[in-house]
Amino acid sequence: MDKISNEIEVIINSALGNLDLIQTLTDCITDFMKFDEDSVHQIGMSVRESVTNAIQHGNKLDKSKKVDISFVMSPDRLCISVRDEGNGFQADKIPSPLEDENILKPSGRGIFYIRTFMDEVEFRSLPEGGIEVHMVKKVPSN
Amino acid sequence: MKIEVRAIGDIHILDCSGRITLGEGTMAVRNTVRDILKNDGKKIILNLADVNYIDSSGIGELVSTYTTVTNNGGQLKLLNLTKKIRELLAITKLLTVFQVFEDEKSAIASFS
Repeated sequence: MDKISNEIEVIINSALGNLDLIQTLTDCITDFMKFDEDSVHQIGMSVRESVTNAIQHGNKLDKSKKVDISFVMSPDRLCISVRDEGNGFQADKIPSPLEDENILKPSGRGIFYIRTFMDEVEFRSLPEGGIEVHMVKKVPSN
Repeated sequence: MKIEVRAIGDIHILDCSGRITLGEGTMAVRNTVRDILKNDGKKIILNLADVNYIDSSGIGELVSTYTTVTNNGGQLKLLNLTKKIRELLAITKLLTVFQVFEDEKSAIASFS
């Protein structure tokens, strides 16, 4: 890959039917960057969970609202941002799915998987409203 | 997502294939198990060998199905976890909740 960064940005409507499209695109990018099979799965799942949250919880399935996904590919890392147009939330207030009282809850694991699978994860409140999930996966050095 | 149901005695084996993701996939598992419970089925095995993808909603559906079956006096066991599903269950401590089997014979025998 070139030493300069390469950016791909996709803007989708808030329809869950777009999840497979975004995941396919993510898999293409991670394959292109030659991540190993486990990392391809981990990045794909992190993006899918982020976009699911943006559509479902951020934009509340309002198809007039957009989700903006950007991939910045560098030789040593892949940076991904997922932005919604919702009302925001406090990521640090999300209860841990590992606590005994939460283990059998049917939801609440998506953000935990993202934090486990990606090297850096940050939830940023946007000045215009909404949340940006910023994630980084480093390319293993050989 | 496709589910084929086999009955061996009073045990129902659900051979799942495809993707268990938010929406269609999770509903398929829920509806199939609900129908079995409605017909007094109490012993259920989910064979996940051919599930090539699952998201957090799919994992949540497995938990929800486990709770529903247990609350109805039944038992739910998992069979043939893929490496990825096993990892997703392990890191959320769910391998301590489910009874998991590597072969069908052992899963069936575990009900007796």
